[in-house]
Amino acid sequence: MRALTWHGKHDVRVESVDDPEILNPRDTIIRVTSTAICGSDLHLYDGFIPTMMKGDVLGHEFMGEVVETGPRSTLKKGERVVVPFTIACGACYHCGKHQYSACDNGLPADNQDIAQELYGQPMSGLFGYSHMTGGYSGGQAEYVRVPFSDVGPIVIPEGVEDDKVLFLSDILPTGWMAAENAAIEKGDTVAVWGCGPVGLFAVQSAFLMGAERVIAIDHFPHRLALAKKFGAETINFEESKTYEALMEMTGGIGPDACIDAVGLEAHGFFVDNVIDQIKGSTFLGTDRAHSIRQAIIACRKGGRVSMPAVYGGFIDKFPLGAFMEKGLTLRTGQTHVQHYMPALLNAILEDKIDTTFLISHRLPLEQAAEGYRMFHDDQNEVTKVVLKPGLELAAE
Amino acid sequence: MADSRTAARDDAPLTTSKHADAVDEATDALIEPKGDSLVGRTVTINRPRAELFAFWRDFANLAGFMENVERVEKLDGRRSHWVVKAPKGTVEWNSVVTEERDGEFIAWASEEGAEVRNSGRIDFRDAQDGRGTIVSATILYDPPAGAIGKLVAKIFQREPAIQARRDLRRFKQLMETGEIATGARNRRLQEEGKN
Repeated sequence: MRALTWHGKHDVRVESVDDPEILNPRDTIIRVTSTAICGSDLHLYDGFIPTMMKGDVLGHEFMGEVVETGPRSTLKKGERVVVPFTIACGACYHCGKHQYSACDNGLPADNQDIAQELYGQPMSGLFGYSHMTGGYSGGQAEYVRVPFSDVGPIVIPEGVEDDKVLFLSDILPTGWMAAENAAIEKGDTVAVWGCGPVGLFAVQSAFLMGAERVIAIDHFPHRLALAKKFGAETINFEESKTYEALMEMTGGIGPDACIDAVGLEAHGFFVDNVIDQIKGSTFLGTDRAHSIRQAIIACRKGGRVSMPAVYGGFIDKFPLGAFMEKGLTLRTGQTHVQHYMPALLNAILEDKIDTTFLISHRLPLEQAAEGYRMFHDDQNEVTKVVLKPGLELAAE
Repeated sequence: MADSRTAARDDAPLTTSKHADAVDEATDALIEPKGDSLVGRTVTINRPRAELFAFWRDFANLAGFMENVERVEKLDGRRSHWVVKAPKGTVEWNSVVTEERDGEFIAWASEEGAEVRNSGRIDFRDAQDGRGTIVSATILYDPPAGAIGKLVAKIFQREPAIQARRDLRRFKQLMETGEIATGARNRRLQEEGKN
């Protein structure tokens, strides 16, 4: 089959690799019809994520048609499914509590050692996202082996186009959980750092959960315009001072809830950011974390901070004093995708949530490497690249 | 020193001790100690105690999740023959159940003449509030000197604690999900050990 493979920093290629097979009873094989490049794929592209190996197939946002099933899969050939990016067993204690991203069994036993050392306990497996998360081949390919197919993938009704439901795999539930973690109360003002896909879905979700005002923060004018379309007020941090603006816009109180949807690769030349970058390049290994620091400083006393943004290691200068003295609550975590999928599918079918606005580019799988380059180089115009293995190459 | 530590001993398992002589104390807890390296690991499995005990007591099942164990043959109710993978071929020994209590624990030891003297016990206790079963494995083994010693180090991957931890994770996966997770894309990659 053809697949997008990783070879190093800023080096991804579409190559022929051998096909996936059913290995375990609960597996299924799907033929991919749509797959997206995620902002967190850029962390891999930029070489920030350890335990990658040459030839790894990337991609964790995908959907397709069931073509083969193991004896204990509950799916049927021909069904169309969206696959959660978190690989969870559905049988352990954490899955029982719907904490799917904390699944005990999604990671192969040998791959659990690193996470156990780094985080204390290993987390669920993830598709196409390094060997620390299981080494599973990802969805930017013609075919994928999907484990635990009896509890993960959600079946899509006939007649619903891919583009409307593809984002159930990651970014829509992630944006929704970000808003849920902000414990929004009626009348709240919610500030959202980062108007990428997760931030934009968090904006929509916050309004659905009763927020009176949402303030979206970014520096890409096109992305801020999208946030505005959903009713958010905007701060462009290249034009305005974020903390000062937030304080003035909230009557000197600060936002009731703050959502950091930026994370590991915060842009902009802030002093702490530059220090983090130097340490990153000298293997002193800290995450670049300006947005979470600013969210904590801006948040009102007794407020809530939600952090869907991906962090992998350690940060310096975490404002622990402000966090404690103001009595803030911080909630975070990889998304429990399986928990949110059914209700969000209904919300899409009932037209309560719009997802297709996000897609700026549709490319054949063969042009995936070009898709990465575009997404990496022009984050203003390129909001989301969807790859279609079945799409004909554009005539040159 | 030993006295003062005994007097003030905390509730943590001996396998987590910072003191080198903890192995002597742990030995007392094993029915028939064989060997002087100590490994202990605990895992919680979301299945009933009786089911886990029965699966483990049928020793032939162990090869299904213990990476280096090729097969275990039942000799009689208490004795079994172990065939363990080694770089060139296998090493083998007989093991005997020295004591057991149904649904609670199994203790075993290698018989006389084993190349790798070893003993251990596996304990099953109910986790709190219906959260399954806490399974603890304690293994004592005797790494011999010389060429055999190097072989043994390889069998136990130099870090027996890591091997024990991985084997217990696989046991948990098999009992909770009915299968052992693999990140491989297909059979060829799985056989090459590429996860």
